[in-house]
Amino acid sequence: MFSNNGFIILLTLLIALMASITPMPLSVDAFRPDWVLIVLVYWCLALPNKVNIVTAWVMGFILDVLLGSVLGVHACAMALSVYIVVVNFQKIRNFSVWQQALIIGVLSAQYHLVVFWLQRFLSDVVFLPNYLYPVITTIVLWPWVFLLLRRVRRHFRIA
Amino acid sequence: MNPIFNQGTSPAHRLILVLCCSVALIFFDHKMASFETARGYLQSLVSPLQYMANAPKQMMTWASENIVIRQQLMEENQNFRENELFFHEQVMQLSIVRQENERLRSLLSSPVRGEVTKMFAEILSVDSDPYSHQVVINRGATDGVYEGQPVLDEKGIVGQILHVGVSSSRVILISDISHAIPVRIQRNGLRLIASGSGQIDRLIHNFVPHSADVKEGDLLVTSGLGGKYPEGYPVSRVVLVRADESREFATIYSEPVAQIDRLRYMLLLSKDETAKTASPKSTNKAAGDKS
Repeated sequence: MFSNNGFIILLTLLIALMASITPMPLSVDAFRPDWVLIVLVYWCLALPNKVNIVTAWVMGFILDVLLGSVLGVHACAMALSVYIVVVNFQKIRNFSVWQQALIIGVLSAQYHLVVFWLQRFLSDVVFLPNYLYPVITTIVLWPWVFLLLRRVRRHFRIA
Repeated sequence: MNPIFNQGTSPAHRLILVLCCSVALIFFDHKMASFETARGYLQSLVSPLQYMANAPKQMMTWASENIVIRQQLMEENQNFRENELFFHEQVMQLSIVRQENERLRSLLSSPVRGEVTKMFAEILSVDSDPYSHQVVINRGATDGVYEGQPVLDEKGIVGQILHVGVSSSRVILISDISHAIPVRIQRNGLRLIASGSGQIDRLIHNFVPHSADVKEGDLLVTSGLGGKYPEGYPVSRVVLVRADESREFATIYSEPVAQIDRLRYMLLLSKDETAKTASPKSTNKAAGDKS
C-alpha cells in the first residue's frame, strides 16, 4: 500500500476520519456526509489493487472507536458497501460522474441502513428519516471529491 | 507494472473474513464487560486524531475570545464582580446551614455526607453518530477520572463517564437511549427513573402510575439511589404529563436542565479518596456501622 506514494492514500483517509468527527452545530451535523465512505470508494475505483475490503473494514473499525459505537458495527457496514464497489469497479468506472454520484448515494443509504439494523439489533433505537439525510450531502459531494482526489492521484503519481 | 490477472484473495473471501471479524467483535464488545480495558487503550490510541479534529474549533474560539474590545471586557468584569459578591453571600449562608445540617445528622446518628471533590473538564468532540449521545472530554486516567463518574455543567447533570482513556475519556449523556438515572421530584420527593429517549431534549419516565402526583414544570433532582450520582443535583423539568386511562401507566416526558447540546465546560464530581477506592458494598457497610 505504501509503494509509489501510497502514503498519500493513508493521509486522505486520515483527513476523512477527522472530517467525520469535527464538532459541528446540531443542525449541520445531521447532514454530515460520509467522508470516509466517499474517499474509500474513490480509491477502490481508482486503485483496487491497493485499497480493498480489509482497508475499508479497518477504517470502519477506527470510526467505531472514534464514535463510541459498539465495535464492529461501522466496520461491517463499511466493508459491505465497499464490497459492492470492489466487485463492480470496472462498470462503475465507466459511468459519468453524475451516474457515479447516484450509485454512491445508494451505497451510502445501504451503509446507513446496515448501521441502523445492527444498532436496532443491539439496542432499541427507532428509525427516523433524518438518519438518511447524509445520503443527500454525500451525493452532492461526490463529484467534487472525485475531481479533487483524481487531481491528487495524478499529481503525486500514485499507482 | 501491476499484474492484471493476479488479484490475490477474491473479494468474496475477504468479505466473509471481515464479516466474521465484525460479528466476533460485536459479540465480544456487546456481551463481555472485560472488553472495556481494550477499549480504553483504543480510545487513547485515537485521541491524537480527536485533538486534531478539534483544532479548527479551538482556533475559532481562541480568536473570538482574543478579539474583544476593552468596553466589553470591562462590562464583563463588572458583571463577574457583582455575581461574585452574590455568590459569596450565599456561600456564607451555606456553610452555616451545612454545619447545622451535619450536627443534626449526627444527632440523628445518620451518616454525614462526604465532601465531593470536583474536577474541571473541557469538551473535546461530540459524536456524529445519531444512535448514541456521547461526548469526549479532555481528562483521562492520568487526571484520576474513573468509570461511572458523574459529570455536570453549570445547570445540572450531563451524564457519566463511559470509557476512560489515558488523556481523554468518553461521557455518556443522560439522553442516550441506553442510559437511565434515578431521580426524585423536588416538590414532593416522589421517586422516578429518567431514561434517555435518544432525543436530545427528552427523557422518558416509565412505569409511573396514574395516581402519582406529577405536574408539568416539576423539577427533578438526583435521588442518590444506586450510588452513581450524588443526591440533589437538578436533572430535568417535566414538560408533559398525559393521563390516558386506557394505558397502563401515565406518559411523562421531561426536558434536561443541562444544555447538553451546547456543552463546553463541565465538572466531574468524585467522592473523597476513601469512598472512591472502596466498592459500593463496603461503603454501604461502613454507613451501616456508623448508624
